Amino acid sequence: MALDAKIPQGEMDKKWSDYKGHVKLVNPANKRKLEVIVVGTGLAGASAAASLGELGYKVKAFCFQDSPRRAHSIAAQGGINAAKNYQNDGDSVFRLFYDTVKGGDYRAREANVHRLAEVSTAIIDQCVAQGVPFAREYGGLLSNRSFGGTQVQRTFYAAGQTGQQLLLGAYSALERQVALGNVQMFARHEMLDVVKIDGKARGIIARDLVSGKTERHFGHAVLLCSGGYGNVFYLSTNAMGSNVTAAWKAHKKGAFFGNPCFTQIHPTCIPVSGDHQSKLTLMSESLRNDGRIWVPKQKGDNRNPKDIPENERDYYLERRYPAFGNLVPRDVASRAAKERCDEGYGVGTTKMAVYLDYKDAIMRYGKIEAGKQGLTAVDDATVFSLGKAVVEEKYGNLFEMYEKITGENPYETPMRIYPAVHYTMGGLWVDYELQTTVPGLYALGEANFSDHGANRLGASALMQGLADGYFVIPYTLGNYLAEDIRTASISTDHEAFVQTEKEVNDRLQQLMSIQGKQTVESFHKRLGKIMWDKCGMARNAEGLKQAIQEIQALKKEFWSDVRIPGSIDAFNPELDKAGRVADFIELGELMCKDALNRNESCGGHFREESQTEDGEAKRDDEQYSYVAAWESKGESNWELHKEPLNFEIVKPTQRSYK
Amino acid sequence: MEHYHMNLTLKVWRQQNNQSKGQLETYQVKDISSEMSFLEMFDVLNEQLILEGKDPIAFDHDCREGICGMCSMYINGQAHGPWQQNTTCQLHMRAFKDGDTIVVEPWRSNAFPVVKDLVVDRSSFDRIIQAGGYISVNTGNAVDANAIPIDKKDADNAFMAAACIGCGACVATCKNGSAMLFVGAKVSQLALLPQGAPERESRVLNMVAQMDKEGFGNCTNTYACEAECPKGISVANIARLNSEYLKAGLSTEEK
Repeated sequence: MALDAKIPQGEMDKKWSDYKGHVKLVNPANKRKLEVIVVGTGLAGASAAASLGELGYKVKAFCFQDSPRRAHSIAAQGGINAAKNYQNDGDSVFRLFYDTVKGGDYRAREANVHRLAEVSTAIIDQCVAQGVPFAREYGGLLSNRSFGGTQVQRTFYAAGQTGQQLLLGAYSALERQVALGNVQMFARHEMLDVVKIDGKARGIIARDLVSGKTERHFGHAVLLCSGGYGNVFYLSTNAMGSNVTAAWKAHKKGAFFGNPCFTQIHPTCIPVSGDHQSKLTLMSESLRNDGRIWVPKQKGDNRNPKDIPENERDYYLERRYPAFGNLVPRDVASRAAKERCDEGYGVGTTKMAVYLDYKDAIMRYGKIEAGKQGLTAVDDATVFSLGKAVVEEKYGNLFEMYEKITGENPYETPMRIYPAVHYTMGGLWVDYELQTTVPGLYALGEANFSDHGANRLGASALMQGLADGYFVIPYTLGNYLAEDIRTASISTDHEAFVQTEKEVNDRLQQLMSIQGKQTVESFHKRLGKIMWDKCGMARNAEGLKQAIQEIQALKKEFWSDVRIPGSIDAFNPELDKAGRVADFIELGELMCKDALNRNESCGGHFREESQTEDGEAKRDDEQYSYVAAWESKGESNWELHKEPLNFEIVKPTQRSYK
Repeated sequence: MEHYHMNLTLKVWRQQNNQSKGQLETYQVKDISSEMSFLEMFDVLNEQLILEGKDPIAFDHDCREGICGMCSMYINGQAHGPWQQNTTCQLHMRAFKDGDTIVVEPWRSNAFPVVKDLVVDRSSFDRIIQAGGYISVNTGNAVDANAIPIDKKDADNAFMAAACIGCGACVATCKNGSAMLFVGAKVSQLALLPQGAPERESRVLNMVAQMDKEGFGNCTNTYACEAECPKGISVANIARLNSEYLKAGLSTEEK
């Protein structure tokens, strides 16, 4: 099967407007007869469900949490990019497009990225109109800040709670459509399979997580907005419930999986403190605006960081990357931290951490404040307290969170940070219209692979989720459904629904019947360790081959020795988790296979065999300038399809942030 | 920070479903690190229960970074436990010492029926939002984001109200089971912004009506909600809710 990305013809900056001008439309009377299923209610899902409901489609939305407002988009901290150029600092749609393609290390599809940059400005307008309280300047206009991998200030934010505010905006739009009867909401429901009829996605099997009963739901189309799969590593910044199950079931029903090995390791997270750790907490990238990252120049230096004099500190990002300094992209910053710690310069009890220091920023802001207030001859303590107030306003909630977790005051002592799994650029392969290789089945937001290439820039995930949901799918879905207006709703008594529901129930029965000796959690931890050690920040062929064998063995062990308490027909979080871990195990194998196949380094994918002399990622455009789209062919068996990447505008070069 | 380990006695509310009667059960946990989060301590207990062939304790949780609002434990008589401006998931075990007994209950309110053990049904909050907790603007209708400047103070106050995570600690902690802080926060956020003006009156009337319909109690100004709110939402939002409600009640009669 040849992959057709359906990229419109024409100039890059005209593709999307031409597409919109010629796309098929569905008239309002027909929209009322068309049903759409939306799985997941994060930024992509909530915005899609709300927008499609507004257009008049009959929407059913599903989330596994107790309310759509809990989806993990809520935890995004730093901000959302948009090419508004409100700061007059040279930003434009082209710059955002260029930065994103370059930031993704030339492994993203140009046409998708350009569209993303184009609609970015409308997202900010829409959110402000919904009452999203972005940070503002004294003149009442919107404030911006910088993020990694860019040299302009294009990031809009709401303190360190930008994701929360954007999601609550989308959630309120969704709840409005629920109240109007256009969207039917199913909370505490999990999608457990896609139902296909005549090759098209026509519904899902979902399980009510309270009663434990499975349900059949018809839709003329199915939208998966189910987020990323970072929890395959067990420890990540994802929520505990974040999982790959919806996307994985779709994959097994024929949707190709794109670039599964492309994982983002975020450089600034609170380090692991012990074996009990259940998740990792991110400290927003926005902290790199003002904080300085360093380690001692001397190996194994155990002094209190405050006692280490300036000339004995190695500000290694500023040293290695003078042009971007502490604001290099995430993949670069993460690898640099790992390099220092591996070389023995790490700090803290585990020695797997570096310092993120706010002292200079506090003093710098303090001096500005003192100047503003006309204070002369002020002592350092006063400058510090003035500066602390400024930092508190910008990052207060993040500093508080750090203190709650570690018990240390980051205003006084530098924070200890280390990279952690944060986001997955890979996901279901989609064409320009966000349709997977299964007709009628779409993937939006983090669940698809399309816009971030091999590395996502900060503040771009929120942008993509909302772009897909508010401004892309309302057009592209119509193009598909316009052909479907004569398809009456299919009864869920159809054989395909009955058969798929039976398969789902058989699997649940099988899981429950194992009654082995090991907990679901213990398997998840073991999978995570294999993935982190061998398919994490650095990968090599030998390790990946071992990992594949270890995962296959783990899978056998899981299916013969997992212990799940309780019953199927009741509220049973352990059973829910077991199904998700079983899918993560299969995904883990595919990720290793993909990482093994891609014998180059690009973005967050670092193959030790492919690096420059100074240890930077070395791409191989001759061999690997393609999207790896994997087709499921049964157990532990996949066929690789390649979508070649053609760069018409941004010519691939060795990425340099020096 | 000094790290230590502790043994604890837990008394946890167990209830099979919303039809059955519940009771406190006692459990022991050993060698709990002061660096663990409270929920990680529950993970340890649940792993122990599963291996013993017992039913693990059901509790709601998701992000474990204090923002999704899903976790909801009533710990030693306090919503989200002893720390101020904190969620259950961000509570760490250094708040306790060796030998402590900790009592853990679900949120208790008529409007939050128990699903199982420590899990409650908070869909009443979603229905209150459905009644008017939004600005009616369809996708694509927005003007430029900087077309309407907003006084920084109003924007900041709207943001502080919007920081509500919808966890329900305010309701759980209120002797009347009132949801006025939750409703007040949303009404305030949208009333402070010019974009919220057109629906200002209908919004507050409809949201309060839904709140009453769901069975939440009234506010008698004890301020327990503010004291226990993990995001420090101010009771000034309740005052604003009352004022908005009165104004709306007066003006709509004339329409």
